[in-house]
Amino acid sequence: MVPVQYYLALAGALFAIGTVGVALRRNVIVMFMSIELMLNAANLAFVALARALHSMDGQVIVFFVMTVAAAEAAVGLAIILASFRNRMTLDAAQLSSLKW
Amino acid sequence: MIMGIGEIIFFIVGAVAIASAFGVILHPHPVYSALFLVVALFQIAVLFILLDAEMVAFLQVLVYAGAIMVLFLFVIMLLNLGRDPEAAPASWKLVTLGLGGVLGAELGWFFLRRAVPPAAIGAIDPAYGSVTALARTLFVDHALSFEITSILLLVAMVGAIVLGRRGVD
Amino acid sequence: MGPEIGIAAIKALVVLLIVLHLTVFLLWVERKGSALIQNRIGANRASIFGVLPWNTGIVNTLMADPVKMFTKEDFVPEGADRLLHFVAPFLSVFPIFVTFACVPFGDEIQIGGRSVSLQVADLNVGILYILAVVSIAVYGVVLAGWASNNRWAMLGGLRGSAQMISYELAMGLGLVSMVMAYGTLDLQAMARAQGAGLGTFLGFGRPVLDWLPAWGIFFQPLAFLILFAAGIAESKRIPFDLPESESELISGYYTEYSGGKQATFMFSDFAEVVLVSALITTMFFGGWQIPFLGREGFAFPWGGHVAMPRLLVVVAQVGAFLAKVFFFCWFQILIRWTLPRFRYDQLMRLGWKVLLPLALANVLVTSVVILLAQ
Repeated sequence: MVPVQYYLALAGALFAIGTVGVALRRNVIVMFMSIELMLNAANLAFVALARALHSMDGQVIVFFVMTVAAAEAAVGLAIILASFRNRMTLDAAQLSSLKW
Repeated sequence: MIMGIGEIIFFIVGAVAIASAFGVILHPHPVYSALFLVVALFQIAVLFILLDAEMVAFLQVLVYAGAIMVLFLFVIMLLNLGRDPEAAPASWKLVTLGLGGVLGAELGWFFLRRAVPPAAIGAIDPAYGSVTALARTLFVDHALSFEITSILLLVAMVGAIVLGRRGVD
Repeated sequence: MGPEIGIAAIKALVVLLIVLHLTVFLLWVERKGSALIQNRIGANRASIFGVLPWNTGIVNTLMADPVKMFTKEDFVPEGADRLLHFVAPFLSVFPIFVTFACVPFGDEIQIGGRSVSLQVADLNVGILYILAVVSIAVYGVVLAGWASNNRWAMLGGLRGSAQMISYELAMGLGLVSMVMAYGTLDLQAMARAQGAGLGTFLGFGRPVLDWLPAWGIFFQPLAFLILFAAGIAESKRIPFDLPESESELISGYYTEYSGGKQATFMFSDFAEVVLVSALITTMFFGGWQIPFLGREGFAFPWGGHVAMPRLLVVVAQVGAFLAKVFFFCWFQILIRWTLPRFRYDQLMRLGWKVLLPLALANVLVTSVVILLAQ
């Protein structure tokens, strides 16, 4: 069997890649997808630890994370649509009217 | 070390997951980014099955790949996005990739060397990961969180409808 | 390890062949059936060397047409995304065939002291597997529409994704009430539960209502209507064929496809018809069960007993399953050639304002009844 640390390391790698994506890209939708990637890395860590600790709680938390991700996608994409309608761009660098 | 079939699957799936995660953040076209993310989500679902979490694995495919990512694709196509017009400057790219590498190395080092959970995944009773066990934990032990989640979904739905309405007072 | 893999491979091959043949045969049934409904003659060329007394068109539908389609030029439009344009048809056909893996087509049989369940994959989360895999089929539609670089194709893809996501909700909730009624996610267990008498299944005690089999249609009729409507909507056929509506969008998401790839899309449509029929049969019409036919032969509740050899029973059950599936395929063709297409707002209203609330109410009523019965 694969030791649980390997799963955790993989989750860490995916999380780091997601972080880089948020910082690297200017397209709001791609930044959003990178956040989904980070959430999934966390899910993987939860399930791996749940398996190692013989507990179902980790899997239940994954269930909640999925619900939150669905809610987040609905609201986030609605915000993206609304801002695109007003500004005709998805470039995060240009959506800066709230910047002081 | 003799590799069993579980290890082989883990390393292949993990490699594909990391490669497609890089695809998500590096491909200039948002549609391809979304598709790479779908591939990564599938790999994670396979890992869930390796971890005896069948129910969660199928939910992952159903909710993430079947609903959330279709919504992303729908929006990308609705806005008719092409390739990203301008990439970040090269210096910024280097800085982020470098910092991300440091973060990844730190996390990897921490999990592989310092974390203390039980090392090998041992045998487990067959009821683990079953629908019954998951339902009992979800609806009995975490009943309050479950109800709060439903309120969250309701609020999100109302919010999305309000934001999505076009040209109202 | 060894024999199990071999048996599974044989079962997968058998199921695949059955589905493929049924699908191709449906092409002919649809052509001739539509002609029958519309008082036309329909396909009528190329009889088999003049052997058949009438020209049924079976040769040109089943042989000449496929050969023609697969030898046509495979055209990729200018500015299309070549990779996704190539992948999309396979993404739309693959999930449909994979779903058949957990549809049970018969009881278990004994081969050399080994008990073999007539179902390719004995998944204990079968229903969830079906929902998950079917939800993947939408990618074929979306990507075909997007990759073609054609605005009609794009509109078809957008419509298709919105429609399939909308009706998946009603479908999921309809399945939830079936799962609660049977108390299992396993399709084989569902089929087996429908072998009892209705009274026994509902816990009325022996003599009441046992002259009816415990088929799902008798205790979940609303779920049947919801799932059947949602299933037809998922297969994107008339009256739900807005993604490909030819009078407005040429051919919708597969406008820019030709030759073998277009045939693949058509094929996946028909395979979806078979899939919907198989699932409806399994959940609502007893699956492979024949009323009162037990393992040893017929045992009627009003007395009377006809013994049959085990092998004959199994063969009869598999035959019954295929006959039921075929009946519902025909029923869907009948619907397709009877109803006109919905308007888009009607489609969305049906999905969100009729089917979804009905499915929710059905789940609620089912759970209350189960709670009271305990």
